Amino acid sequence: MTGFETLIGILAATIAAATPLLLAALGELVVERAGVLNLGVEGMMLVGAVAGFAAAVATGSPAAGIAAAALAGMVMALLFGVMTITLLANQVATGLALTLFGTGLSALAGRDFVGIPLNPLPRIAVPGLDLLPGLEPLLSQDVLVWLGLAMAPALALFLGRSRAGLVLRAVGENHGAAHELGHPVAAVRYGAVIFGGAMAGLGGAYLSLAYTPMWAENMTAGRGWIALALVVFATWRPGRVLVGAWLFGGITIAHLHAQGMGFAVPAQFLSMLPYLATIAVLVAISRDAAQIRLNAPACLGKVFHPER
Amino acid sequence: MAMAWIAPVLAVGLTLGASLALFAGLGFPPLAAIHAYFVQPISSLRGLAELGVKATPLALCALGLGIGFRANVWNIGAEGQLTMGALAGGGVALACHGSGGWWLLPAMLAAGIAGGMAWAAIPAFLRNRYHTSEILTSLMLTYVAALFHAWLIHGPLRDPDGMGFPESRLFEPDALLPMLLPGTRLHIGALFVVVAMAAAWLLLARSFLGFQLKVAGLAPQAAALAGFDRHRLVWFSLLVSGGLAGLAGVVEVAGPIGQLSTTISPGYGFTAIIVAFLGRLHPIGMVLAALVMALSYLGGEAAQIALGLPQAVTGVFQGMLLFFLLASDVLVHYRVRRATPPLPG
Repeated sequence: MTGFETLIGILAATIAAATPLLLAALGELVVERAGVLNLGVEGMMLVGAVAGFAAAVATGSPAAGIAAAALAGMVMALLFGVMTITLLANQVATGLALTLFGTGLSALAGRDFVGIPLNPLPRIAVPGLDLLPGLEPLLSQDVLVWLGLAMAPALALFLGRSRAGLVLRAVGENHGAAHELGHPVAAVRYGAVIFGGAMAGLGGAYLSLAYTPMWAENMTAGRGWIALALVVFATWRPGRVLVGAWLFGGITIAHLHAQGMGFAVPAQFLSMLPYLATIAVLVAISRDAAQIRLNAPACLGKVFHPER
Repeated sequence: MAMAWIAPVLAVGLTLGASLALFAGLGFPPLAAIHAYFVQPISSLRGLAELGVKATPLALCALGLGIGFRANVWNIGAEGQLTMGALAGGGVALACHGSGGWWLLPAMLAAGIAGGMAWAAIPAFLRNRYHTSEILTSLMLTYVAALFHAWLIHGPLRDPDGMGFPESRLFEPDALLPMLLPGTRLHIGALFVVVAMAAAWLLLARSFLGFQLKVAGLAPQAAALAGFDRHRLVWFSLLVSGGLAGLAGVVEVAGPIGQLSTTISPGYGFTAIIVAFLGRLHPIGMVLAALVMALSYLGGEAAQIALGLPQAVTGVFQGMLLFFLLASDVLVHYRVRRATPPLPG
């Protein structure tokens, strides 16, 4: 294998490992921009992963799997929305409940699907790939990878350049003022939360339909939490989520390559890297408190009573 | 005061109702499943003792977490702190293998508490020094602790005569907790719960520090104006919860397990979050809630044996309980009133 092929291989593996983080983090970014903190990403990802896998196995159709994953994530998110937006429950506690519930529910629903093989999602090549020999692993990806890559600039445009995006940010920055102006705060937040659920479901589905592809209990292994950290790392900007996801994708696969290159470090220590890197990145980003205050949506995590 | 206890009771009731539907949906006879799940396991002295064994680590973790939650310090990495406590305490037991004495058990307990504290000190330091969210750091450290545990029992601490199984050698009798009830597995760890509960109650109800913790949680601005040292409260919350989680870890390995095995805890550190909320963050409530959640673990095992009910039901049950609790809180605390229509003009 030439150096070029190795490089392309590493880049392709990085993009693949980044995709579940990217999808889930982009969804959570929209949720947080609307002023809601949903700590249930991990749970929604797991439920999406198992729903997608079950639907794909049952129907034989990858499209059905993807649709089921998004739908399952949305139902979980709706549950969170009813609790926090309508019933005004504490967002931190409800998010934790969503993760604990999703972990149990996915294990229960998936118990008959452990060990079943599944063909990975079909790949879609960039047109004109024949003209670029050697780039095949990079430019021929499945639909969820392309979706993640397209979603980052699309969300940047939506949030920064569209009226609907402006309203969503207004709701997140100052729900009182947005309400006074006649914007439907609760409806906007429901929309954002459900979008976040769909994206988390798709992120989970990428793991069970394309990355591994199989179902195993707790297969997200903390990726939902890393996605939450990525949103902070990206200072709530979609473009930076993309960069952060690639960074973490690279760290996630680093241990495979380190072992390949003969580093004599125990596998468990290399597997710690993504988690340690998350902490390091969070520290680097949050040490400047003023910077975080400037970038974080001002109403993040705050309950909204329209009466007041 | 009585109002505060309606929500947890309502939540347990709703969860039981939902469990009936869940069992029926899975194709099991609902009443028989409820019986196998919630009644059968505690209908003997042995079963009650097992309930205490399972409730001990849950209550220890929850008592610490609850103190932090009062002050809005969200340590959700008790599972990792429990693991590090178990490894530190177990490490002492293995290092002194063959040369133990009466002092070994106290040394192990101290090491376990120190291990959990040290692991919780990292999020405390990062939160105070760099404003890093303790939610994310404490959780990330749980994964790191799990991998460290895996490395230890696959490598340095593996039983040399264990035929390659990834677990340590069995602890010596000197390194095991004495039993409370002969013929059962109920060990003196249950007494630690009673002591911790009393200490937590004294702290929260009778001490100035406890008052500061509560004010910091209910009215952060008032706490700042009063000059309460936020950094000190963060340190205190995390060190206490980490230390108690570490104690829970060493109590598990020196009690029912008796070695460092592949699984030290079936998620006690996470379930303890539910226990803390279910117990209203009140020390006595949290111990009662620990007994309820311990029953969900026991019931899960019993129903699996009796009816072939999948073990994962336990997780669904626990998650559902927390949801119903949060929803019941809203129903109990808020009154539904018809909105007054705005005056015309």
